[in-house]
Amino acid sequence: MTLEPAVWIGASVERLEDLPLLTGHGRFAGDLSFPHQLHMRVVRSAYAHGRLRDINVAAARALPGVIAVWTAIEVADLPPIDFREGPNAKLEPFRQPVLAKDHVRYVGEPVAAVFADDAYIAEDAAELVTVDVDELEPIIDASRPPGEFAPGLCTEPTVCRQGYGDIASAFKDAATIVELDLAVGRHSGVPLETRGAIGRYDAARDVLELHGAAKVPHRNRELLANMLGRSTAGIHLYEGHVGGGFGIRGEIYPEDILVLVATMRFGRPVKWLEDRREHMIAANHSRQQRHLVRAAVDAQGRLLGIDDEFFHDQGAYIRTHGTRVADMSCGILPGPYRLPHFRVHGHFRLTNKTPAATYRSPGRYETNFVRERLMDAIARKLGLSRIEVRRRNLISPDEMPYQRPLVALGDDVVFDSGDYEGLLAKALARCRWDQLEHDVQQRRSAGEYIGLGLAMYVEKSGLGPVDGTRVHVHTSGEVEVITGGASVGQGFETVIAQVCAETLGIHYRRVRVVHGRTDRIEYGIGAHAARATVMTANATAIAAHKVRAKALDMAAQLLQVDAARLIIVKGSVVRTDGARASISLGDLAHHLRPGSSTRGNRDPGLAADGWFTTAHMTYPYGVQIAVVTIDPGTGAVHIEKMLIAFDIGRAINPMLVRGQLVGGYAQGLGGALFEEFQYDDRGQPLSVTLADYLIPSAHDVPEIDVLLTEDAPSTCNPLGIKGGGEGGVAGVGAVIASAIDDALGGTGEITRIPIKPQILKAIIDGRRN
Amino acid sequence: MSERRAITLSINGKDHTVTVEPRRTLVDVIRDDCGQTGTHIGCEHGVCGACTILIDGEPVRSCLMFAVQAEGHSIRTVEGLQQGERLHPMQEAFMRHHALQCGFCTPGFLMLAVGVLEKRPDLDGQELVDIISSNLCRCTGYENIIKAVRAAAADMKARA
Amino acid sequence: MKPASFTYHAPTSVDEAVALLAKWGPQDGRILAGGQSLVPIMAFRMAQPAHLIDINGIAELSRIAVEDGVLSIGACVRHAAFDTDAVPGTTGALLRKVVRNIAHYPIRTRGTFCGSVAHADPASEWCCVMAALDGIVVLRSHRGVRRLRADEFCQGAMMTALAEDELLVAAELPLLREGTRTGFAEFSRRKGDFAIAMVLVAYQLRHGMMVEPRLAIGGAESRARRVPQAEDALRGRTPGAAAFADAGEAAAAVIEPMEDINNTAAYRRSLVRTLLQRALEGTQ
Repeated sequence: MTLEPAVWIGASVERLEDLPLLTGHGRFAGDLSFPHQLHMRVVRSAYAHGRLRDINVAAARALPGVIAVWTAIEVADLPPIDFREGPNAKLEPFRQPVLAKDHVRYVGEPVAAVFADDAYIAEDAAELVTVDVDELEPIIDASRPPGEFAPGLCTEPTVCRQGYGDIASAFKDAATIVELDLAVGRHSGVPLETRGAIGRYDAARDVLELHGAAKVPHRNRELLANMLGRSTAGIHLYEGHVGGGFGIRGEIYPEDILVLVATMRFGRPVKWLEDRREHMIAANHSRQQRHLVRAAVDAQGRLLGIDDEFFHDQGAYIRTHGTRVADMSCGILPGPYRLPHFRVHGHFRLTNKTPAATYRSPGRYETNFVRERLMDAIARKLGLSRIEVRRRNLISPDEMPYQRPLVALGDDVVFDSGDYEGLLAKALARCRWDQLEHDVQQRRSAGEYIGLGLAMYVEKSGLGPVDGTRVHVHTSGEVEVITGGASVGQGFETVIAQVCAETLGIHYRRVRVVHGRTDRIEYGIGAHAARATVMTANATAIAAHKVRAKALDMAAQLLQVDAARLIIVKGSVVRTDGARASISLGDLAHHLRPGSSTRGNRDPGLAADGWFTTAHMTYPYGVQIAVVTIDPGTGAVHIEKMLIAFDIGRAINPMLVRGQLVGGYAQGLGGALFEEFQYDDRGQPLSVTLADYLIPSAHDVPEIDVLLTEDAPSTCNPLGIKGGGEGGVAGVGAVIASAIDDALGGTGEITRIPIKPQILKAIIDGRRN
Repeated sequence: MSERRAITLSINGKDHTVTVEPRRTLVDVIRDDCGQTGTHIGCEHGVCGACTILIDGEPVRSCLMFAVQAEGHSIRTVEGLQQGERLHPMQEAFMRHHALQCGFCTPGFLMLAVGVLEKRPDLDGQELVDIISSNLCRCTGYENIIKAVRAAAADMKARA
Repeated sequence: MKPASFTYHAPTSVDEAVALLAKWGPQDGRILAGGQSLVPIMAFRMAQPAHLIDINGIAELSRIAVEDGVLSIGACVRHAAFDTDAVPGTTGALLRKVVRNIAHYPIRTRGTFCGSVAHADPASEWCCVMAALDGIVVLRSHRGVRRLRADEFCQGAMMTALAEDELLVAAELPLLREGTRTGFAEFSRRKGDFAIAMVLVAYQLRHGMMVEPRLAIGGAESRARRVPQAEDALRGRTPGAAAFADAGEAAAAVIEPMEDINNTAAYRRSLVRTLLQRALEGTQ
């Protein structure tokens, strides 16, 4: 028998999650039904801005099969939806009501809710509701002066300000100043599964249930309990399978509140499923910012200061995220570069569009684009190579941990570890940059529109401060890890199982991971901000170590040998000297049961809680390089080569990390070339179907070379891991813009994403004439 | 409300007799009336392909058909791919190659790929990518789906 | 996005369908064939027909046959039929070239040639083919049979001469002479999306010169049509850059492209120029 314990950390094992998903046994929100359930259908504003005069629900109410139709009157006692991080007096007036009261502020805003026996009937009834609105002028452009939100309140609730040093002197001393006006288009996660929520009041236990929760079940439970005036003991959230999160799911939306209130009032379960058209106008938007940014550099191209003024298009209300995305943008803009002086003012502005919040790599996708355009512009102005300019500014490994007087996600920005120059060198070598440059030059001289692009960025992950899990060995030998995490499809269960299995010396398939269940564990951080792997995995390792120690201690007694001479292999405790006596973990659990005569003074159960606390986030980082061509006949862009180099500290499952990077890349590509929520000048949304909002297809995503490195393990956690969930998407806007700009001669024409063929064709044709 | 009709749908070789309005889409009836929730709804306007099933061996978007139209035809959904405990080569390949993350688009891709490969076992290269471009995925970036379908094609041929 | 209620009819013969249309056509009745365009529109409730007449059960409408140099395409012939050897010769090769641009495989298994023509989306590839080859639509109602040329039938975006009690039972394409060189090029944002512009060309080579040119543009204007000025630029000339460029200029000068939020008329015009070149350069 081999004495080598299995090594699971670092192994690209197949996922535990897959079997039910492959065989049609998934349980997404739409798949769940309860007896006697009602179906809810939301009536939404057809106007971007207006005074709500009257809502006529009589015809809808009279339709057979309709139980009730609500407007704001029926939910008058409900407060507006609060911020996840806690109260904020300044921003409070801009929260969204569950149903619109006096005003409507975006097309898609819920104004009424129909409850019926059948989803088709509910939709029929919703059509019969007439909404009388006195139209008001909508605000569409966040960079124009703010208007009125309500008497005494303007549409700029706040300005996010951060900075340090003496920005004026930086610009006074500058050898060169570069100034850019850059914009990122409005787009968002748009998962394949639209939102869904089922509210069910279990009268037998006096427990209110919300099914279909995702991302942050525990935090949401607290917020909902607050809003509804219930104890958290009397409300539970259940997450089943989730068809993609990307940051937009799991926020508290009006519909979640409505199904809960409705189930209590009607005494029947209430099911709500969003359709695709609704999703495009009601689920969180993101990304839209315009930056007026200036950089001061010395004669060698070293940054002296960056002064950024940006306009963040928040949409109609401030939702659960408060000003997080704008704050993040401020704190993370400088990226991997040394920056002696910095000033950023983020104008947080409301417009009459769907409210915005986080979307994968929020604040970073946008600011990476801004900062990397700046670096390219500096290189161009000074006649330096784009690589050299970056090199001269990169923070070096011996400066780690590198603290910046900035705050992101409420955390001081402290880069724990990173060898940016090292990764850049590896990336350049991997794609043979010099040869590439030469080839590109040659083809350009022959008349092709071909360009080489580069972007560097630092990502964040592992947002703390603390997480805990419980590891419990059953007498069958199967192990349960009970977490407060959430799965949105990223392979959370598999990664946690791998960590637990390696620590406990068992096969990872013998580990069952529980998540998204507030009734199984009291506390949880969910899964967002690429924190699940870092926080929950480390907590799991700590709990598993305790279980391991307890198992060895029990086994030492039973096997009459010192615990130091025991290891666990394939689920059994064995002696290191190879002697035959062994005892399985399941049997040890049996010996540790409450009534066991061998248990002694030990606490019952082969189980332990583990808590992991971290002081700071941990920062993975990347380099992206792209070769693109532009078809001068159509303006279409083709990506010939694509490299993502990313240092993740330590990968628990490299195959899954690669999946995150490539999947994220596809979304980033969407934002760079295809996706945009467009509005007309009346605030009418124009991208409301998947035929107008263009998600990249298999044809559009190039083959990607992924260079995954582990050169800079995290110093913030014992496992040394950083999170990879946002590492693929973060740099794509920047690198594609860089490459296309280069293909056009590197003259700085590209200042806006998404970059559409029509624009490129016009630029190219304009040069010919 | 118009007259409900009693129809019998043959799904994975099993008959389901249900009474439905003509306007009920095939995907809704398969899911809610026949209880086979493996087929998913992503857009209801025929773009994403999450609802793809096989009708008489051909991939079809079940959100674009009414259930009453499907009587008398042979319907195959994801629940019918495995044979007892044995997974279909396509399912195995998806697992091996990490071709799914959230799994929502997966049944649509499985049925699309199985349907096309059963008719065209030699599908490869650009044509294979063309087929995969029929459906949308938001998680994987398609790379592993392409690998999995290629691998499954070879497997299916070997077993044929 | 559930459709509104309707009464469902499933006739088993053309006569039955025509009788149903006579009764229900004027009362907001519509034909259901492939459904790939109609059902999404119903899902959005942009159309709420009170009656749907499902013609998929009418066997004779699946007929596709060549008679006297004319390809007759029944109302239920699917797009997928053209991705096979069903249609022989030069015309079959052209249709195979075109069909691969239509949407995606699963749409092509249900959607129909005639349905696309009746729907008359400006981006319909088959409308472009009908225009280029001078196709005929055969319309039946209780009043009798009408045969209209494609350019009489297609009147504008989503607008045709189809009466509310008429069924488009077949489309007829005069076969191209064997040896005719054909080319097709279209541009869309992603493969399978609605075309922003498309060009279909055909000509015969006689003594090294292009004769009987056919040049149709689709997707760019509100309906597909032949462009005689561009055809004139090709007629009697040797195929090559000079003639192709002249044809491109001639077309660009006379077309009146549509404008929308994503595509200006100028962009469509320049696309037509590009696609025309590529269709001509790529003729086989």
